[in-house]
Amino acid sequence: MARRHLTGLLAGGALLLAVPAAAAVDGRALLEERCASCHDLTGPAPTTVEGVWSRKGPDLFYAGLKYRRDWLVRWLQRPTRIRPAGVYYGNHLRVDAEGHDRVDEASLVRHLALTREEAEAAADALMRLRAKSELVRPGAYQPGRISLSMGDLMFGKFKGCIACHRIEPGYGGLSGPEVYTAWARLNPDWVISFMRNPQAWDPRSLMPRLPLKERDLQRFVHYFKALYEDLQQRGEEEGDHD
Amino acid sequence: MTERLLVAALLLAAAWPAEAATPSGEALYKTYCWQCHGSRGTGHGINAGEHMSVQPRDHTDAKYMAARSDEELFRAIQEGGPAVNKSVLMPPWGGALSDEEISRLVAYLRDLCRCRHGAAP
Repeated sequence: MARRHLTGLLAGGALLLAVPAAAAVDGRALLEERCASCHDLTGPAPTTVEGVWSRKGPDLFYAGLKYRRDWLVRWLQRPTRIRPAGVYYGNHLRVDAEGHDRVDEASLVRHLALTREEAEAAADALMRLRAKSELVRPGAYQPGRISLSMGDLMFGKFKGCIACHRIEPGYGGLSGPEVYTAWARLNPDWVISFMRNPQAWDPRSLMPRLPLKERDLQRFVHYFKALYEDLQQRGEEEGDHD
Repeated sequence: MTERLLVAALLLAAAWPAEAATPSGEALYKTYCWQCHGSRGTGHGINAGEHMSVQPRDHTDAKYMAARSDEELFRAIQEGGPAVNKSVLMPPWGGALSDEEISRLVAYLRDLCRCRHGAAP
């Protein structure tokens, strides 16, 4: 009996000693437990339209190529809505009295928020997900500048991207992700690769493949940088709502 | 040799159903076109608005749609608005959709407008 108590005490002591180590968050386990029900962590991307309709969150199996780590850490603690109509807009529509489609805000789900420690661990684990890395050339983006007015013309009048994307809070299309936070959020080298051929990343992507010259690709990223700098100057930082 | 060919044929047959079947025109329209042309095809999708210099086409407008040939509709989808002297806001979908899929979309547009090229509505 006494020995059994002693064993129990020793085991308890071991448990106490083990606590500090166990408190460190296992990022990969966190992704599996809290992210995998909405995000694909392994791939491949859906090849059917039904797969697009049932997708709840952006695919994350190339998150380490797509996102900036510092943005992930910030955003995961204070998530905002990046796609005004959700990942597949068709699941979040209502028709108003005039017969116009509107975003059914009530159907949109808020993204969960993590603690700082969890966000750091999750970001580390996400940065290790690098499927399709052969599509990204490190250094593909060459830093440069474009004026906001020239960028607006390119994104709107010349290429028509504004049909689906917002260039500032409250202005632009709703089915695609906002681009005014793209610079803070995304790896510029990945953006170049994705814009060149969205279907190489996601065969059923709702982003059309435009015939863009290398110079255009670079200019788009310059524009995203200019948009984000403008947003910061106006003190709006990231995301206008969630 | 014959055995090998048989095995290859069997493997190919087994792989065949895994290939995604071509979606219907309606399913493709719901996926790619609703965003601008709307869930009723009337041009009032969630993307329609003041940021667009030209509003999306109403595909239920039989008079307008009957004046467009199937070839013109196919080209507008595949190569985008500018290829048929229309707006750049209509992007080229040829990099995302196969010829067969675009043909199905053209057929679905004819269902939406309940019209054929050249036929008076």
